[in-house]
Amino acid sequence: MSIEIKVPQLPESIPDATLVSWHKQAGDAVKRDENLVDIETDKVVLECPAPVDGVLKEIRIQGGATVTAGQVIAILEPGAVAAAKPATALAASSKPPAAVVTETATTLAKSSAATVSTPVSRSDMPLSPSVRRLVEEHQLDPAKIQGSGLDGRLTKGDVLEYINKGGELPASAGSVAQPAQSDAKAAAPMTRAVSGNREDRRVLMTRMRTRIAQRLSESQASTVMLTSFNEVDLSKVMELRTRYKDKFEKQQGVKLGFMSFFVKAVVEALKRYPVVNASSEGNDIIYHDYWDISVAVSTPRGLVTPVLRDADQMNFAEIEKSLTDMASRARDGKITLEELTGGTFTITNGGVFGSLFSTPIINPPQSGILGMHAIKERAVVVDGQVVVRPMMYIAITYDHRIVDGREAVLFLVSIKEQLEDPARLLLQI
Amino acid sequence: MSQSFDVVVIGAGPAGYVCAIRAAQNGLKTACVDNWKNLDGKHAFGGTCLNAGCIPSKALLESSEMFHKTQHEFAAHGIKVGNPQMDVAVMQARKAKIVSNLTGGIAALFKSNNVTGIRGTARLLKNGSVDVTDFDDPKKKELLEAKHIVLAAGSEPVELKIAPFDRKDIVDSWGALEFANSPKRLGVIGGGVIGLELGSVWQRLGSQVTILEAMDNFLFMADQQIVQAAAREFKKQELDIRLGAKVTGTDKGKAGISVHYEDKDGKHDIVVDKLIVAVGRRPATSNLLEEGTGVKLDQRGFIQVDEECHTGVKNIWAIGDCVRGPMLAHKGSEEGVMVADLMAGKVAEMNYEVIPSIIYTWPEIAWVGKTEEELKKQGIKYKAGSFPFAANGRAKAMEAAAGMVKILAHADTDEILGVHILGPMASEMIAEAVLAMEFRASAEDIQRTIHAHPTLSEAMHEASLVVDKRAIHAINR
Repeated sequence: MSIEIKVPQLPESIPDATLVSWHKQAGDAVKRDENLVDIETDKVVLECPAPVDGVLKEIRIQGGATVTAGQVIAILEPGAVAAAKPATALAASSKPPAAVVTETATTLAKSSAATVSTPVSRSDMPLSPSVRRLVEEHQLDPAKIQGSGLDGRLTKGDVLEYINKGGELPASAGSVAQPAQSDAKAAAPMTRAVSGNREDRRVLMTRMRTRIAQRLSESQASTVMLTSFNEVDLSKVMELRTRYKDKFEKQQGVKLGFMSFFVKAVVEALKRYPVVNASSEGNDIIYHDYWDISVAVSTPRGLVTPVLRDADQMNFAEIEKSLTDMASRARDGKITLEELTGGTFTITNGGVFGSLFSTPIINPPQSGILGMHAIKERAVVVDGQVVVRPMMYIAITYDHRIVDGREAVLFLVSIKEQLEDPARLLLQI
Repeated sequence: MSQSFDVVVIGAGPAGYVCAIRAAQNGLKTACVDNWKNLDGKHAFGGTCLNAGCIPSKALLESSEMFHKTQHEFAAHGIKVGNPQMDVAVMQARKAKIVSNLTGGIAALFKSNNVTGIRGTARLLKNGSVDVTDFDDPKKKELLEAKHIVLAAGSEPVELKIAPFDRKDIVDSWGALEFANSPKRLGVIGGGVIGLELGSVWQRLGSQVTILEAMDNFLFMADQQIVQAAAREFKKQELDIRLGAKVTGTDKGKAGISVHYEDKDGKHDIVVDKLIVAVGRRPATSNLLEEGTGVKLDQRGFIQVDEECHTGVKNIWAIGDCVRGPMLAHKGSEEGVMVADLMAGKVAEMNYEVIPSIIYTWPEIAWVGKTEEELKKQGIKYKAGSFPFAANGRAKAMEAAAGMVKILAHADTDEILGVHILGPMASEMIAEAVLAMEFRASAEDIQRTIHAHPTLSEAMHEASLVVDKRAIHAINR
């Protein structure tokens, strides 16, 4: 008997919400109460837990789409649980590791207000006696703690570390951390949307938040930022991925995501328009003969930007492997400071959370940042005909003090052209 | 004449035969080639472990320990047995029966799992085939073709030039298991696991045993607190262990074998009737590989492999005593399982961090994980908890209250880093610790797990409490 997974009742008669990102794929085994997908409204981010053990048979609505209360978003086949995947606080997804919300400061103020997560009870996750005791004593949600033991179990050490650490990783100015599930210690306080309550609550900013605020202000004050947009038809890239993803994974040992395509296109475009890869220092423009691409990654402690060094010398598999490795180490708090600093250009992706169109903020002393967004099927005109294509808006925010409109716009056009005709990635034209 | 298989395993010791059976269970057409010749000239599967090592030594240890109890412990129980006698021939026959039972068992397991057991000497040729010389007729040769080849050739005792084996009076560990009577005076060169166990056997049966260990540290790889406690027990048993004693030469004469050795006090001699040389084992790879197979040996003769036991040559694997790592049967067996699963395209891995080690003296010594010395060397902050069997009811009732359980846990995360046991049934008790460490349990997890009363394993429970200075049955300092 299949079960329809529906959008839960939205609070405060909000008319609609955005499906942020699926934590599970069609065909995955799910356990009761496991979070399937985050649903974001203006004020709150809701979780959508699986009602019973089973297999997620079909995803009806993709991440990024707008949904209404009660809408059917997926079909769950109860009972048959295939291989149990290790439960960790972060969804182990096959999507490219870059998952960052890039909003301007004003949008941030709205969305940072309330992040209510319905606590997911992991009654089926095996907890050892000492872990049970700690969880009970400190009223913790084991689902939020990263497990390093056998099969992803929580060890006593994992829980102690979770309790002791506030979570500190260098934040980058270009993007602001607002992960959908915040852990107990970080970011915004829990607010219940209670009607009729008009009190003000004053909350001291965490260190992480203070640092982010500081760097953003500095970036805004020191650079003259301007954003230009374009759109990319990703049908050819998606076709390539569909055709070769299994072979790629088998032979290269890593999943073929979108990021490798984007990194390659970006590097080529940077080579063509080197000022976008440069930095400013006083009255000097410093051109770099190397291409170190910072890729924004969302971690439970905040946003970090590990750097793909010499990205021009990496092939698709190396890019994907490197990103996967750095993202997972960043989430585990095991990434080094050297790996997070430097970088000549940044790529950020707000699309995973559903952002359609945004103006990213530059990471000084870099002079440009590429914003990727949600891929949406749209009606576009090709050869005089209206067709449906998977489109992504891309944005470049550039420092107009050293980069002129011409370079920035052509840079973006070059990326569009390479991705719309992937052969150009191969031929580097 | 050539047969074709999915897998050919060379060697039917605990690594080889386990690998072969598992491979067959995984659906692979498997052959296992072995050339073990027993003293009666007959072939037997099971390798060193079943024929000349683990099993026969445990049989003798059991018999001799029992005899020891009649002389030293029965009286305390009120049992009067007069003057017990030891019939070594019967003891040896019992041992032989157990061995033949088990080796026959392997042949039966091969049959029921469809593993083709081949009696002969195998050699890997450079073209990837396996050349087999028949066990009974050395002129008969066979060529085996295989998709995968697993080298499990095992190890052999190291021989000393200054005390060459004559298989009668100067013997290796196998020879030491076959004495027809207990020698009056027994010398043992090498105070490691094998030397200790074999020395113990004959000492309990009346031999005057002298063990000469060249190193200054006794059992250097074990936790030294445990080792020192063990040394005190062995002294009580009148096992004469001399440390820092480097043997320089031997002479055979009418009065016996003169063993010359040097230590920090100067030169010494002892005269013994039999001499066991137990200074270690080396991989048995000298005739295994034709030139040009591509399989690399290190300078000690071990086959070089990665953590999945690949040799570097496609589809050629190596496991057990002939590769790196502790020379333990269970390590070889689990490598065999891992390789059999990998060959069948499954996911498999070995956890080398949590392999238990046992010394079957009495009291037994068992450990898993890190010693205090290793933790100090690596700069890891730890806390320790030791609980003596003297405070354990079951041990006292068994008249076996010597020794202790020691648990080492990380100072911050409380994760169990090492467990060391000296005492009765240490070999069995260590299994709890191994399982706990596989699951990265904390000392608190052991505290919060119910252990039955009255048992020896309660000592493990109490030791975990001592780690946090909360033992119930000991004074916490």
